[in-house]
Amino acid sequence: MADILIALVLALVKGVGLVFLIILPMVSYTVYAERRVSAMIQDRVGPNRVGPMGLIQPIADAVKLLLKEDFTPAAVNKFYYWLAPACAMAPALMALAVIPFGSYWFGQPMVVANVDVGVLWVFAVSSLGVYGIVLAGWSSNSKYPFLGGIRSSSQMISYELSLGLSVIPIFLICGTLNLPAIVGYQIEHGWLISPIWIKGISFTGIDFGQIAASVFSVQALFKFLLWIPLFISFVVFTISMFAETNRLPFDLPEAETELVGGYHTEYSSMKFALFFLGEYAAMISGCAVIVTLFFGAWHIPFLPTDPRQLPLVWSIILGFLHITVFFIKVAVLLFFFIWVRWTLPRFRYDQLMRLGWYFFFEIALANILLVALILAFYPSPQVSQPSTKASKPAFLTNPIQLGYRAPKVVRNAG
Amino acid sequence: MAYKVVRTKLTFAEKIYLPAVLAGLGITIKHFFRVLTGKKKETMQYPEERWDSHLPEHYRGAPTLVKDEHGKERCVACQLCEFICPPRAITIKPGEIPEDDRWRKVEKFPEEFEIDMIRCIYCGLCEEVCPEQAIFLRKDYAITGLTRAEMVHDKKRLYELGGVMTGLVFKWNEKK
Amino acid sequence: MSEPAPLLNVQIDGVWHQFPKGTRVIEACARAGKFVPRYCYHPKLSSPGNCRMCLIEMGMPKMGPDRKPELGSDGKPVINWIPRPQISCAQDIAEGMGVKTDSPLVQECRHGVMEFLLINHPLDCPICDQAGECELQEFSVQYGNGGSRFREEKVKKPKHVVLGPRVTLDDERCILCSRCIRFMKEIAKDDVLGFASRGSHTYLTAHPGRVLDSNYSLNTVDICPVGALTSTDFRFKMRVWFLKETKSICTSCATGCNTIVGSRQNVIYRQTPRENDDVNSAWMCDYGRLNFHFVNSKDRLNEPQIRSGSTLENVNWNTAFGRAVEELKRYQPDEIAVIGSGRMTNEELWLTKKLIDGLKVTHYDIVPRTGEADDLLLNTDRNPNTNGAKLLGVSSDEPGVKLRRIIDGVSSGQIKAVIALHEDLTQAGLSAPSLEQLGALIVVGILPNETTKRATILLPGVSFAEKRGTMINAKGRLQRLNRAIQSPGNAHEDWEILRDLVQQLTGENGVYLIEDVFKQMAENVPQFEGLSISKVGDLGVRLLGVAEAAPA
Repeated sequence: MADILIALVLALVKGVGLVFLIILPMVSYTVYAERRVSAMIQDRVGPNRVGPMGLIQPIADAVKLLLKEDFTPAAVNKFYYWLAPACAMAPALMALAVIPFGSYWFGQPMVVANVDVGVLWVFAVSSLGVYGIVLAGWSSNSKYPFLGGIRSSSQMISYELSLGLSVIPIFLICGTLNLPAIVGYQIEHGWLISPIWIKGISFTGIDFGQIAASVFSVQALFKFLLWIPLFISFVVFTISMFAETNRLPFDLPEAETELVGGYHTEYSSMKFALFFLGEYAAMISGCAVIVTLFFGAWHIPFLPTDPRQLPLVWSIILGFLHITVFFIKVAVLLFFFIWVRWTLPRFRYDQLMRLGWYFFFEIALANILLVALILAFYPSPQVSQPSTKASKPAFLTNPIQLGYRAPKVVRNAG
Repeated sequence: MAYKVVRTKLTFAEKIYLPAVLAGLGITIKHFFRVLTGKKKETMQYPEERWDSHLPEHYRGAPTLVKDEHGKERCVACQLCEFICPPRAITIKPGEIPEDDRWRKVEKFPEEFEIDMIRCIYCGLCEEVCPEQAIFLRKDYAITGLTRAEMVHDKKRLYELGGVMTGLVFKWNEKK
Repeated sequence: MSEPAPLLNVQIDGVWHQFPKGTRVIEACARAGKFVPRYCYHPKLSSPGNCRMCLIEMGMPKMGPDRKPELGSDGKPVINWIPRPQISCAQDIAEGMGVKTDSPLVQECRHGVMEFLLINHPLDCPICDQAGECELQEFSVQYGNGGSRFREEKVKKPKHVVLGPRVTLDDERCILCSRCIRFMKEIAKDDVLGFASRGSHTYLTAHPGRVLDSNYSLNTVDICPVGALTSTDFRFKMRVWFLKETKSICTSCATGCNTIVGSRQNVIYRQTPRENDDVNSAWMCDYGRLNFHFVNSKDRLNEPQIRSGSTLENVNWNTAFGRAVEELKRYQPDEIAVIGSGRMTNEELWLTKKLIDGLKVTHYDIVPRTGEADDLLLNTDRNPNTNGAKLLGVSSDEPGVKLRRIIDGVSSGQIKAVIALHEDLTQAGLSAPSLEQLGALIVVGILPNETTKRATILLPGVSFAEKRGTMINAKGRLQRLNRAIQSPGNAHEDWEILRDLVQQLTGENGVYLIEDVFKQMAENVPQFEGLSISKVGDLGVRLLGVAEAAPA
């Protein structure tokens, strides 16, 4: 009983801390970054008036939005009209629950909920975000929001397919859905975005034998082979994430030039702000997922991966470094999102659908087949690597376990 | 008869968009770094940096009234500017210069001279039409006010803005 | 009817025209569409021929040995051109005469004359009131050569000379055309102006010890082609190009001189005479000309008012009319008097008569107004529309006879309610205390006076410049007033006030346009038969059957 209570309190502290200390400030400053970066891309200056370099701008904006009149149009369906902004904001934050945003800090694993269905939770929750948009579009009782809502639902449904299918190769390789376990796999075998992880290099010294072993082996060759489908996975997943978060070039639900403001045309004040924040929160959680799946989450190359084995002070410093690095990786991806937005024009709706159904869906399916084929011929792990029992994919050792239970070693690593 | 639109045949690279997308990303990031490193600077930080030193000779700012080096107000209230003014921003009430005034021989002066700066379109026709070289468009461009009444420049304000202009034709000289 | 003058053939710029004998060459050219510039010439004055601006080339038919004109190949007389230019203003046309108004010689002559006239003329157009209607400016642009070879100092002459109470002279601007001198001598019969000194030092002045104080002095300002003579009243007030010109008539006496009212932004700046040879030729008196300043008064009545105790309170029109009807219904017809005005238009008088008939009132009249006449334009009768009041039955043949009875009635207390239209009753013989005794005093007026102070109901009307309508002058000519400016505040046109009163009293359905009022008159008054306001025209029409007043 006490254990459960303690676990609950810890989860609560971690959740609240993550959302209010990191994610929400990050959302506001992503908006600021969006404005500054877009300005610089367009040879402008951007907001630079409030505070040094305009850094207080997000706070000023928040104060403005909070103080604005909370206006509800007369013809709307009030219940759903009020529910929609919350529906848009909440799923984006909920998805973060399973993301391992650090290793250990003060002895605690830096993940709110270490559950085995990890990635499924992310997909399940983030696809709820579409309800906010559809409800907003419908309840506004106005034609442009309605069109925006319709577009949004069909777009999200279309891209959820490729989004889900594109990460299946990862599960095949890692043999788990648990995100900390996937991170553990990446620490052991290298980030999934990179072809190979050179073992034997750490800040304590270089073990050339290990390097040679990891580079010149049959397994290394197969790892090179696996990189091809993993890169395809990464591309498809990232592009689908753009579509899922309604970012340009897939921002058809709120295409200003066509639909006024899209689904949030009738919204103002804090309700509008919730949509706005929800969109950016979804973008952050999307980036967090990409970082976790492809960029090794909090992992810093060449540094120890488990702070618990270090003296207290160093463990706290390392734990903090891991958290920082995670969010730096997220920030870099966010910059990429912004960069893309201010480069590419919007797709036409038929192009969007064509792309989703004719290309990404098929590519993702073929990709799964390719990974499965490679894994079928994957050689057995060498005895010389006792510490990596899990390096042989679970798919091969125990196919039944796929998706249900991660290997014990990996779990410890997360 | 139906018209057949000839579509351009796209290459594979063009079909998959990616090269074009990457090229685009390259262009935008180039601009980003150019601004970030301060190599390129298009925006002028208005209240701190000002146009004033960049204003061309022919710049048309606020219309003003000027006095000459003899301290004479140049305007004789001929009302030609009031007549020519396209938005009808100028209102003049002419009056007669009193007997004992130094410039009595000019006879006529503007008792009231108002330019409604809300109406003014800075076209410069008043300056062009003025037969007395009395009205000039100076380089003041930040004409602001909190009320409409404040935006109507009266004679006092117009002379404040205009100041003294030297080297003008001195028509009302001793011989006149 | 005298025999019409015989027509003579004249060739003007190569085209043959016919004009009656006695026509001046300058007039013949103007009628042929070949305007000849002029300064000293004025059609209403004699021709001294001293400005030399109207020089033309002229020729007479070449006579053969048989003393008959030689005919050319076109069957027209061949013209012998006189080698030197002639002035066209002092010459009548003759049979077979040839005129060239635009030959190289004529153009050169004009250039020279313009250059001469401008030698001593100051360049002060920006402060000159004539600018915009200055013939020197116009002809300089049209016929001058655009430059001067004169480098010497200009001659100094007196400036802002007070010639008379209403005229200020700037001698430097004078081009010595002598129009003003001739007008004062020939028309005003007051030979007070003349030239002094010689050569380029010649200047215009009044006779020593005399001032230009004739009642027609401002006409000299009108005919002055330059800005030398200026109206002290109009001087420096407004540039002429801003003035909206409305054709109207003067309402200061029964002559009804035709005028142009110059106004801008609802302010009247001047009145000038308008040519009408049946009424005022091209002149008007100073008294009538300057009698418009009351229109611009700041004291104008703007709101309908009703008496509440010792003060008058602003109310809306409906309340005022309601109260007026209520008060009038309290009295018997023989307890009510209606005092109209000879300054009202025919349309207003017609509606006044309807009011009188509606109330069955027997006490009604207009207030006669007389003054000393002169032998030019000013009439003894200072009411502009006495004839209209007589014709429409608001006044008897002798205005003022019934008014005396009304005064007696008010004094004795027999008359208890008075409707006063545009008249100050204290000026008409009623005493202020007797007005205070009245049960009801309904006043229509435009300016506060002793009567309006004592009114129980005060209805603001409009002045002559703010309304349309017609008047009949002393010679029985029906003429038209036009609206020059907007009425101030909440004031209504008088015909609307009277119409609303009649409507409220009798329930008779009203008329909506002043044209309709005239239409009613045309249907009911034989003298107006077949007329409408637009048919009156700018110059008016002579009414048949209206008695001509004794010559003023």
